[in-house]
Amino acid sequence: MIATGRSEIARLKALGSAKSGAEHWWRQRVTAVANLPLVIWFVVSAVSLSGASYEEVRAWLGGLFNATMMVLLVISVFWHARLGVQVVLEDYVHARGLRLAALVGLDFLVVALAVSCLLAILQVSLGS
Amino acid sequence: MFELDRPLSPHLQIYRWYLTMALSILHRASGLVMAVGLFLLTWWLTALARGPEAFATVRAAIDNPLGGLVLFGFTLATFYHMANGVRHLLWDLGYGLDKDEAHRSGLVVLAFVGLATLLVWVVILVFPGAR
Repeated sequence: MIATGRSEIARLKALGSAKSGAEHWWRQRVTAVANLPLVIWFVVSAVSLSGASYEEVRAWLGGLFNATMMVLLVISVFWHARLGVQVVLEDYVHARGLRLAALVGLDFLVVALAVSCLLAILQVSLGS
Repeated sequence: MFELDRPLSPHLQIYRWYLTMALSILHRASGLVMAVGLFLLTWWLTALARGPEAFATVRAAIDNPLGGLVLFGFTLATFYHMANGVRHLLWDLGYGLDKDEAHRSGLVVLAFVGLATLLVWVVILVFPGAR
């Protein structure tokens, strides 16, 4: 057997030096594919909503299809952004403590923003 | 200050810039720009939920020349990251990895970004009644 410096169980799980296998890479691709139709829908919608009144925009997001698309977009785009910014931080923030703080802060920020978006969509959908 | 008694590997500024290199770093840059744009998306959605006054505040912030320039930048970043992302996905599938193919697909991406951004802003600015 070739000595890899890894335990047999780690080799079997194929988790590699990143300890998480290809999960990060894979999720980035899956969310990228999902983002494609969602962002095209969003750009077309944003253009058609330019100059629209408050009531018009609210009626637009109040529709079931648009609300569903927006929820999917928020989940997929924030997830994708989190994965991307995480790699940038890992590449450029070298001090260990600062890097840890930045990565934890990123997760907190992303979840806070995404949940704010989702609750806003829900509130508009329920018309309250 | 200690000195290294060995040759250093050439760093970034030594190399002549190629299109593929420039587009590669632009992918990361455009991604970061859009990540910052998510603050605006959140502000817009939460303002829409809060009411007409909050929504008017967001509108006032973006409905001016400077705000328009920022939105124009987000349009460029979005179309670039989208088109170049498709290029990356095709590479992941094993297509277009040849040097000349990668150069050409880069030109296709740039052409798409120019045309798509132009189309969006012509519709917004020249045909406001089109919606």
